[in-house]
Amino acid sequence: MGAIISVSNLAKTYASGFRALKKINLDIRRGEIFALLGPNGAGKTTLINIICGIVNPSEGAVRADGHDIISDYRAARSLIGLVPQELTTDAFETVWATVSFSRGLFGKPKDPDYVEKVLRDLSLWDKKDNKIITLSGGMKRRVMIAKALSHEPQILFLDEPTAGVDVELRRDMWEMVRALRETGVTIILTTHYIQEAEEMADRIGVINHGEIILVEEKAELMRKLGRKQLALQLDENLDEIPTELAGYGLELAAGGGELVYTYDTQTERTDITALLADLNRAGIRFKDLQTKQSSLEEIFVDLLKEER
Amino acid sequence: MNFHAIRAIYTFEMARTFRTLLQSIVSPVISTSLYFVVFGAAIGSRITGIDGVSYGAFIVPGLIMLSLLTQSISNASFGIFFPKFTGTIYELLSAPVSYVEIVISYVGAAATKSIILSLIILATSALFVPLEIQHPLWMLLFLVLTAFTFCLFGFVLGIWADGFEKLQLVPFLIVTPLIFLGGSFYSIEMLPPVWQTVTLFNPVVYLISGFRWSFYGIADVSVGVSLGMTLLFLAICLGLVAWIFKTGYRLKA
Repeated sequence: MGAIISVSNLAKTYASGFRALKKINLDIRRGEIFALLGPNGAGKTTLINIICGIVNPSEGAVRADGHDIISDYRAARSLIGLVPQELTTDAFETVWATVSFSRGLFGKPKDPDYVEKVLRDLSLWDKKDNKIITLSGGMKRRVMIAKALSHEPQILFLDEPTAGVDVELRRDMWEMVRALRETGVTIILTTHYIQEAEEMADRIGVINHGEIILVEEKAELMRKLGRKQLALQLDENLDEIPTELAGYGLELAAGGGELVYTYDTQTERTDITALLADLNRAGIRFKDLQTKQSSLEEIFVDLLKEER
Repeated sequence: MNFHAIRAIYTFEMARTFRTLLQSIVSPVISTSLYFVVFGAAIGSRITGIDGVSYGAFIVPGLIMLSLLTQSISNASFGIFFPKFTGTIYELLSAPVSYVEIVISYVGAAATKSIILSLIILATSALFVPLEIQHPLWMLLFLVLTAFTFCLFGFVLGIWADGFEKLQLVPFLIVTPLIFLGGSFYSIEMLPPVWQTVTLFNPVVYLISGFRWSFYGIADVSVGVSLGMTLLFLAICLGLVAWIFKTGYRLKA
């Protein structure tokens, strides 16, 4: 699949001297859901804002479907929809008026049928004549999405789309994002909810201190960097790990009632069989066992730790 | 040219005016009418005419200019400042619109409002004082040129301002005094010679003088100079707007 967004050697230094982006390179594939993760101040919003034309780059280039975002900004921007992090709306406009305004602003002729479809898809149809100031936070978020979709973009940026929304609405939005992807829209989302990325993304990018430190297929990332743990609930509590088991790097948990073995699924041998045999030899019996895969959140935290 | 965008912004801005009709149209018309009542009818009837024009009629062009200048600045500055203040400017900056299109739509809407308001005030003034317009086309030309020039100035102000205080600072502390001291209520020939010379440094003198000439054929400075100065201000404002968009001053980081 070809890149729909191509970022080359992109750098941004603000007037204060702060280097928000340090010559980053990134390709976003057509039709994928790409999650960009990073701690606060990592450069996520700066990157999005440059691609969308809100912030000027200091160096480098960005192309959207082959169009340079500066020299060919009309073609590039007309492909892109942006849902910013902040709930910034025209409080005194109606939902219908503000969504129709966005469509016109992006150079599209009036199309009441399409606007109606967008509003219906986002469960906003019955609010179309309401002023935005009267809507709840979740509804305002939907209005922001409707505005971004009003001009039928091929690329949709969602900057923290579910920040501050309740669990039900978050699930609704995930469904909506998946449905959009089905229609061929490429989606780039930044989020603090790692679970969101784990749930939806095809690929994950991690940015920290203005540098992309990793881009990987989500499944591959979890396979490569994910650790597995085997937890054994013991018949009798242990005070310490017997010396004959020292080579396994075991940890005692649950007040000595649980032995935890961390292993790498990528290695040829996990040594689980040997461990169980050695436990038997040492007279340590267990009543239950579980395995656990590390979550994307744990992988993310580990990556950031390594960075430091 | 992104005509859909120009129409969207223009319509959006005009809709805001009609939504706030009381503040946008009725309020300035009433305050200007009060000037006519006080200076035109009440005090004006006791003041001798100037260059053969009754005092009430003499101040009409100046009062229209007063409203035109203040409303042009206020409409245009608020139009661009408000999206900056609320954060909705992101949409404008990320849209496939050129700077020329942004200026045409915002300044065009602000100028339309100011011109409509000026024409309403002109019609209102006819209720209070006898009016004549010797050069109606020149009157319209000065009206339109001044409206666009000061809307551009207001646009620059709206981009420069980073708070409501600054938005009010220039109109109240600089523009209004310049209008009052620019011959709105008197001919500069009525001033002592030294002050006549000082007044010529006030750019508003040229606008009011040219505009008044289009009504009564009398002027403090020649109409050619008035037109030249109006075009010079227009060029300066256009240059400022071009620089702002080239550099992204106060719009883009």
